[in-house]
Amino acid sequence: MPEDLNWAIGGEAGDGIDSTGKIFAQALSRAGRHVFTSKDFASRIRGGYTAYKVRTSVDRVESVVDRLDILIALTERTIDENMDELHEGSVIIYDGERSTMQDVEVPDGMIGLSVPLQRLAEDAGGAIMANVVALGAACEVAQFPIENLDESLEKRFGDKGEAIVENNKEAARLGQQHVQEEYDHDFDYDIETTDEDYVLLNGDEAIGMGAIAAGCRFYSGYPITPATDVMEYMTGRVEQYGGKVVQAEDELSAINMALGAARAGARAMTATSGPGIDLMTETFGLVATTETPLVICDVMRSGPSTGMPTKQEQGDLNMTLYGGHGEIPRFVVAPTSVSECFWKTVEAFNYAEKYQTPVYLVSDLALAVTEQTFPPEEFDMDEVEIERGKVVDEDDIDSWLDERGRFQAHFPAADGVSPRAFPGTTDGAHMTTGLEHDELGRRTEEEEVRLEQVEKRQRKVETAEEEEDWDYREFGDEDADALVISWGSNEGAMREALGFLDERGHDVRFISVPYIFPRPDLSEEIEAAEDVIVVECNATGQFADVIEHDVLERVQRVNKYNGVRFKADELATEIENTLTGADAGATEVEAE
Amino acid sequence: MSSDVRFTDFKSDKQPTWCPGCGDFGTMNGMMKALAETGNDPDNTFVVAGIGCSGKIGTYMHSYALHGVHGRALPVGIGVKLANPNLEVMVAGGDGDGYSIGAGHFVHAVRRNVDMSYVVMDNRIYGLTKGQASPTSRQDFETSTTPEGPQMPPVNPLALALASGATFIAQSFSSDAQRHAEIIQKAVEHDGFGFVNTYSPCVTFNDVDTYDYFRDSIVDLSEEDHDPHDREAAKEKILEGDKEYMGVIYQDDESVPWEKREGIDQDMSDIPDGAPEGAMDLVREFY
Repeated sequence: MPEDLNWAIGGEAGDGIDSTGKIFAQALSRAGRHVFTSKDFASRIRGGYTAYKVRTSVDRVESVVDRLDILIALTERTIDENMDELHEGSVIIYDGERSTMQDVEVPDGMIGLSVPLQRLAEDAGGAIMANVVALGAACEVAQFPIENLDESLEKRFGDKGEAIVENNKEAARLGQQHVQEEYDHDFDYDIETTDEDYVLLNGDEAIGMGAIAAGCRFYSGYPITPATDVMEYMTGRVEQYGGKVVQAEDELSAINMALGAARAGARAMTATSGPGIDLMTETFGLVATTETPLVICDVMRSGPSTGMPTKQEQGDLNMTLYGGHGEIPRFVVAPTSVSECFWKTVEAFNYAEKYQTPVYLVSDLALAVTEQTFPPEEFDMDEVEIERGKVVDEDDIDSWLDERGRFQAHFPAADGVSPRAFPGTTDGAHMTTGLEHDELGRRTEEEEVRLEQVEKRQRKVETAEEEEDWDYREFGDEDADALVISWGSNEGAMREALGFLDERGHDVRFISVPYIFPRPDLSEEIEAAEDVIVVECNATGQFADVIEHDVLERVQRVNKYNGVRFKADELATEIENTLTGADAGATEVEAE
Repeated sequence: MSSDVRFTDFKSDKQPTWCPGCGDFGTMNGMMKALAETGNDPDNTFVVAGIGCSGKIGTYMHSYALHGVHGRALPVGIGVKLANPNLEVMVAGGDGDGYSIGAGHFVHAVRRNVDMSYVVMDNRIYGLTKGQASPTSRQDFETSTTPEGPQMPPVNPLALALASGATFIAQSFSSDAQRHAEIIQKAVEHDGFGFVNTYSPCVTFNDVDTYDYFRDSIVDLSEEDHDPHDREAAKEKILEGDKEYMGVIYQDDESVPWEKREGIDQDMSDIPDGAPEGAMDLVREFY
């Protein structure tokens, strides 16, 4: 387990909590330390408690813990909010000269450092730098060389001029000196620095960067917490590579714009959160049945309805797996860490284009707001491969025209994947529609064609199941009797939990699943285990249901999907065949 | 693009299932003529259609086309055009598609002023669902779902466009083949969002807004002393609301399409087979 320090700054929204926290996190990162951050915040611009928390270690950190060592409290409430995490010996830095903080009582066993943040900031050039004074004080407590703050202060304030940067450096030093002079105390911390160079980014940024790396050139979206960072990251960056971010009038428009761009041949993406997915579901079936490659990112938050917009939940699994009327082939991929947000985005674009299908990229608030350090090689751009699937151009389009020279955009190929011609390709003109259609993309209700197209779309999934590596990530003791399965962002916390469990004498095998559909077959792993526990951030255990479903083998199936209801005599025959084994297993009733 | 494209090249081999005499036949012919006259061909043209009788147009025309979700045709067209500005994009739909379920998109598509054309086949009725009130139905127009009439004033789409900052507002009548094709052609040629509300009568469910009604009441602006570049004059005509005008009512010659202002000038489908050159700079930004 990492030798870690847990630090936080908390106050009212609007107090500059985020930017102060980020300065500290960046300073630690630049000093070669690993950082894992989290945020407590409310959905409002001003007012309400908010905090930025930093866990740091020389070793990699993958999770938050319930322990706070140093707290900068800009309000009294900040102390109350964190009582569960504070412990004997925790240091609380506050400005005892402020009228609202004069009566602060530092809990027994903790060390209160009253530092005149505002007064010292004024000495350095302005009260606005009070938080930076606090950072300087925290550096002294942690024995973290204050020079490390300088680079991140330059990064934060550089565009405001050298004088501002110098004033901030001075403010930090005044805070440091105050603690040195006023408190003759060994705080027992000694923050070690290393020569490593880390980058610091959050999950939304990793998704945006992954999209640009993967050739995404069109992004349309509508702002929503906690997905907005994806859009803000891409804005101004994707344009440098010939792309465009478009803010649409709503999510209905956002997904339809992205659909249009994808039809035009661009790699396109939209990102939203649950309420936006509700709206986008209207168009999801159209994307799938027109076989348009599209990446739809759902950065989950607490639902239902508006729910708790700034709180964590993995509640949209069923929505992404099953949302939409009718039966819709789709892929669902859920990155399990901040760096995986990058790589799974790259993969998502390849699946979308190779199989001409929508891909849900399911992230969550925990990944979105976590800023984590990585060696830059973890995002090695040379490793990014782009597979565009069956795109045809003028030279090879002839083999995909029918006897009358018409392009067959929905040709029922053996692998289920049809040729794709971008608009502008000579002889490629074709239509497509949300109505059931024939191989030319024209409306039909002919039973034979209907069956052919349903099965063709389904075959894409079967092909992908065979062709791709839908593997899980594994940690812990492979031979343990206890098996823990989780999906998405819980991986980091569970990995560290393995260490705690080991200390308490529990051997555990941990399987972290990034692929929800298609997904790895876990029946052997489950069979081999005595206890199977599925961990997820929701109330009903949506992934647990899926896993249980996968290992249930009792049910045989009779299905019909030609658009005609069951007929009594036909049904009797099908049931009889199933019972007698004449047509064992899944039966597809074909229309007569 | 070849100069010998004929308008019939934009016709598919699928026979329309519109009712005999439906206004949509004429509307579609004018669209095809305008596309051919402006030097486009089916391989560089993208038609987006909404839902309703009008939505079937993508099937009867030959080009790259998408028949989408009810009311969302405009955002699809915008996405196509922005991803590849070399394409000619034409969006078609009905009055329900454009002014009811898709009214929000209409306002914002007008504002965005992307270089494309939008033809609304306005028959003042829901035809495909067999005769319910549409947003342009008259206040007292009795239907199966509004026995006393909607008892709301009809949407004035031209005024909605004007209020949203339109750079091209026109109205046509599908039965006047020549004028209709001319007007659509002007919309296609316009640098920006070319909006044409086309009276496209429903012969089955609307016995009020009929061919005869429009023939009798239409005022052709080409026969009037109207300058479409005069915004005040256009405003007056649009807000008067008591005449059925035909022609280009308003056009801003200074219009610059949104994508040009935003510097979008490339086909976004063209990407390398790995991360773009210099992509490691994106990582280094996070130091």
